[in-house]
This record gives sequence, C-alpha cells and structure tokens, in this order.
Amino acid sequence: MTENRTPEIEFDFKKYDFRDPESFVFKSAKGLSAGTVTEISRQKGEPEWMLAIRLKALDVFLKKPTPVWGGDLSPLDYDAYTYYLKPSKEKSESWDDIPENIKKTFDRLGVPEAERKFLAGLGAQYESEMVYHSIREDLAKKGVIFLDTESGLREHPDLFRKYFAKLVPIEDNKFAALNTACWSGGSFIYVPKGVEIDIPLQAYFRINSANMGQFERTIIVADEGAKLHYIEGCTAPAYTTNSLHTGVIEIFVHKGASVRYTTIQNWAHNIYNLVTQRSMVEEGGSMEWVDGNLGSRLTMKYPSIYLMGDGAKGKILSITFAAEGQHQDAGGKIIHKGKNTTSTIISKSISRKNGRCSYRGLVKVAKGATGVKSSVKCDALMLDEQSRSDTYPTMQVDEEDAVVAHEATVGKISDDVIHYLMSRGLKDSDAQAMVVMGFIQAFSRELPMEYAVELNRLVQLEMEGSVG
Amino acid sequence: MPENALKIRSLKSAVEGKEILAGVDLDLPAGQIHVIMGPNGSGKSTLANTLMGHPRYEVLGGEAKLFGEDVLSMKVYERARKGLFLAFQYPVEIEGVSFAHFLWNASQSHRGEVGRSDPKEVVAFRKKLNESLESLSLSKDFSNRSLNVGASGGEKKRLEIAQIMALKPRVILLDEIDSGLDIDSSKLVAKAIQGMRKDGVSAIIITHYPRILEYLEPERVHIMAQGKIICSRGIELAHELEKRGYDWVLKEYSLN
Repeated sequence: MTENRTPEIEFDFKKYDFRDPESFVFKSAKGLSAGTVTEISRQKGEPEWMLAIRLKALDVFLKKPTPVWGGDLSPLDYDAYTYYLKPSKEKSESWDDIPENIKKTFDRLGVPEAERKFLAGLGAQYESEMVYHSIREDLAKKGVIFLDTESGLREHPDLFRKYFAKLVPIEDNKFAALNTACWSGGSFIYVPKGVEIDIPLQAYFRINSANMGQFERTIIVADEGAKLHYIEGCTAPAYTTNSLHTGVIEIFVHKGASVRYTTIQNWAHNIYNLVTQRSMVEEGGSMEWVDGNLGSRLTMKYPSIYLMGDGAKGKILSITFAAEGQHQDAGGKIIHKGKNTTSTIISKSISRKNGRCSYRGLVKVAKGATGVKSSVKCDALMLDEQSRSDTYPTMQVDEEDAVVAHEATVGKISDDVIHYLMSRGLKDSDAQAMVVMGFIQAFSRELPMEYAVELNRLVQLEMEGSVG
Repeated sequence: MPENALKIRSLKSAVEGKEILAGVDLDLPAGQIHVIMGPNGSGKSTLANTLMGHPRYEVLGGEAKLFGEDVLSMKVYERARKGLFLAFQYPVEIEGVSFAHFLWNASQSHRGEVGRSDPKEVVAFRKKLNESLESLSLSKDFSNRSLNVGASGGEKKRLEIAQIMALKPRVILLDEIDSGLDIDSSKLVAKAIQGMRKDGVSAIIITHYPRILEYLEPERVHIMAQGKIICSRGIELAHELEKRGYDWVLKEYSLN
C-alpha cells in the first residue's frame, strides 16, 4: 500500500524544467569531425589506443545510414549539436567542491538528499562530465570500484580494456558508434567476487544546455557471486530545439552473480534518447533490466540479455508512457545460448493523446540451448482514440524442447471502472491515475520505495493534464 | 416532518436512447430504510445508477434532491462527497490497485486531500479496515489484494459494505446487495446496515428477496414497474409479494 510511504522527496513534473545559464570550462565547436573527437580525447588525457578506437568509431558512424525501421529520426541534425561540454575543472567526491550552480541544480532535483538517505553510492553527470562520484567507504574497502568512466580507464586500465566495447562493438549500430566516438562520462563499476551490495548505487544524468549531445558510457562488471543494483535517472529542461542522448551500457554478469539495472528516464520532450543496453550472463547468473520510459521525444531502447551459461536467468521489465508528441519505441531482446536458461519479458505501455508506444522484442533460442523457458507478456493501455500502440515481437527458436510463451493485450480504461472510482469520491483524473498505477504495478513494485513514489506522482500529474 | 434524505420527483432517464425511468416519485425521510422491489426490467437498478450519475444513464427530466441539494447537476465525485453511496450490483475489478490503497484514497478524497498520507492516520485506518473486514467474515488479506480481483460474488458484495463502513455515507443505495449471498452472509450484511441506523443513515434497498428484510426494519416497501413506483406500503407488502408474486399488484394497477 503506497500510502504507507511518506515521500522522502517532493516531486513535481515542472521541477525538472529549469535551466542554468550555460557555463563551462571547455566547449567543442558544433558538429562532429575527427578534430572534435581528437579534442575530446586530448581533453581527457587518454591513451593512444582509445583515441584510435574513437576515430575508427567516428568512421563507422559516418558510414552507417540512419536506421529507418523504428521511430522518425529525420529531425536529427548531426551538425547542430555540441558533442562535448565540460562543465567544471574536476570531478569531486564532495558536494562542497562542486561549482555552486551545478550543486544547486542537483539540490533542486533532490539528488544529494537521496544519496544521504538510501544509496550506497552516487554519480552525478552534468552535460558531458561526471561532476560528482562517491561510494560508501565500507564498499570501497571491500574492493568495489565505482568511478566515472574516465577515472576507470585511468586507474584500472587493464580491467577497463578487458571489458570496454566487448559487448557492444563499434560496428554494432550507428548510435553505438557515435557513442564510442565521443563518449564522455558514465560509470565504471566493478564488484569483486562474492561481494553483495544490498542497497542501490545510482547515477543521475542531467542535460542543461540546448542542442547538447550527451554520450555517457557505462561498464558494469559483477564478478562471480557478486550482487548489485544500479539505478539511473535522467532529466533535462525543455527547449524548442532538440538534444541527443546516446548512451551505451555494457554489463557483465559472471558466474552466479546477479545484477539489476533500473532506469527511469524523464527526459524533456525535446530529447532523442537512443541508447544501447546490453548484458551477458554466465552460468547460474541473473540479469534484470527494469526500464521506465516516461520522457523524451523519441526513445529507441531495447535492453538485451545474452544468456551464455547454463541455468542463467534474464528478466526485462519495461514500461513506456507516451503522451502528446512522444514516441516510445522500446522492448527487449533475450538470446538463449546456455542450456536450461530462463527468461521473462514484461512490457506495459500507456499511450494518450497522439502518443505512440511500440513494443519491439526478440526471443532467440540458439541451437544447443535445450531446456529453455521463456515468457513474454505485453500489455498496452490506450487512454483515448488518438493514441497508438504497436507490437513487433520476434521469436527465433532453434531447439524443439523450448517452451516459449507470448501473450499480448490491448485495452482501454472502461467507463464503468472510472465511474466506480468516482462514485467513491475520486476525481476523474485521480481515478485514471489510480487505474494506470494499477496497470504498471508489476513494474513499480520492483522499484525502491522512493522511486515508486516518484513514479506515482509523475503519473498523477500526467493524468491531471489529460483530463480537463 | 423529518427532513428528506432523498426527494425524487418525476424522474425520467434513458439508456442508449430508450426511456427506462418514466417518472419516479419517492421520498426517503432521513434515518429511514426503504425497500424497492419489482419485476426484472422495471427500472430499479436504473434508478440507482441514475442517482449516482453513471454516464450511460441520461436524465430526461424531473429532479432529485439529496438533503435539499440538486443531485443531478453534481459531478459523480461530488455526489459521493455529499454522502451518497451506491453499493453496485456488479462491482468492478481493478488489477494492481489494492483494496486498502483504493479505500484510503477514497476516504481522503472526501476531505479533498487525495495523495496525502499521515502515517499515523494510515495505521488507524488500516486497523479499522481490518475490524470491518472481520465483522463481515472477510479475510484481512483482502485489504492488500487487488480491488475485487479474484473475489467471489458474495465477497464482492461484502467488500462494498466494508467500503460503506469506511466512507460513512449518509444515504446508501444498495442494488441487489443480497444476490449471490448465502443465508449467513446476508444476515451479516443486513445486520451491518441495521447497525448504521444509529448513526442516522438512510438507505434504499433494491432486492428480490425478502429474506434480508428479516434483520432490517424498513419503514416502507415500494413496488416498481414499468419505470414508476406504483405502490408503497409497510413491510407487510414484502411478505405478501413473497407469497403471491407480482402479478396481483400489476393487475391491481392495470399494468399486466
């Protein structure tokens, strides 16, 4: 029952929509060229091999056509973005050392407060750089690494190189190539063998400037038997021109380890959110993507899980919410390579006004992967006649004994349900919000309490806008 | 003269363009319980749904006043907040919304404060809810289950009563609350309603079975036919109907 939850943080949709005057210590010229990429690498003082990868990736990015199978990417003007904007001199482990305007921003977003109350570690990215990164001391003592990605490269070069771009190679797709060419910020996490972190680590991504491109790169490694929950939150103020967020996340779940990665993105509705999230799971390990997409103009994001080892488990829990002018093209991919691997995809989508939600999913059972069980459930809720929902499921099953189930429903909220709730005293908008929250309860119950409360509030505010 | 909890005059309403209520007149004095009986299709449920303001029921004319205030011009949630409650014949199921969460928000809404949560109040609310459920022979588990999902017909009806206990309405419309209830349950429900009389509750009970009336002491029994109330008498009318059916009344009023 959510009313037991006293909100720790006051959340308001408009709260995210404020901007600071642009300030920076370095800003690249608009547009992308070998010169820009080299400058980014130089600013970061990187080894030559990384610059070589960046330049190669730039080449791939320029050669690959913009994909046309998903959402409408034609408004993207690659020459209009700022690809690198360094907001402050150094990242810090103390909020006191962070430039006042940036600190204020994160204060307004409730980020330091959340860190004090319920996180094991926190990273905060502003424009292109992580400005803050800190982890609880006891975890650092156990050998847990939680750094911004640049520091990861600098301080743990061998470990970094072992994993970087191994799951999402440069050639994977146009936007992964773009990210590899101009990546900046993100988290580098390593949890040693047998270390279990019981409360979440979080990263918060904030875009402040207009026409900005944010390209964080995150690598998470859970060594054998380790356990980790990582949460990512994203917001930006609304501008009339669009911005681009193109992250790449690679997660390595070693034998018997388990990782949960939770995203709630609430980007402003002018952001193109094109993210590649991929994980691989060894024997007996478990990976869960909990993926909430509320904001952005267009999101294209299909978290994927490669179940490589026997008995590995994968779960993708996705909710999308598309209001007027938004297209959420999301879903998930699970590839069963190991024997007796199991997977679940649960997708819940809500669209209203002319909002559009698309589910795009893949379940693949490779030859040799016997004893596989997989279930996919997609539920779509459309709040009015103008909204749209599509489902594009793909199944490729190469083993006869695989048990693969797919279930899909599309529905509307019935008048009887709204009338029932109103007859008990609830206003139309509160009644709708209650039904919507019930619809996504399978998702929200997986969130830490504070995030469930935030989600609840956001849905409430969305509904107030939808009913006169 | 006691104040009227409900005063209905010449009320007409239609469903999908078809007139069902053909001019209902009814006075429900405050603190009284009235029973409405009548053949299927006579408009009993339509009267309840029209009063509650279901969007499918279109008011064609007449008036209805709740303690002197015009109900028909109120929004549905305003009717609820003014103290009108309809125990539905077929309560809806809502997946993912727990009964307790729903009811807490409903009770808060009556104070115009949805979304607020004082932990102390919530604990007190929960405790009372558990007591209500127990008094209705319902498992405490119902408070955490999705609203009406997986509940039997009889359980749903009892959950409606639990809502009444929490929301404390002034005027209750019970639409076939006893259908699908076994003898013990209808006794429980009847006793619960009878128990509310001391708080001055008024009620209209729509039923086919006089059994529930054994534990209630209704002041009036009305018979509805062809969208009108054709006959109103004391409790003896219910017993006569049980013995003789409706035909004789309909004949008497030349409606057969």
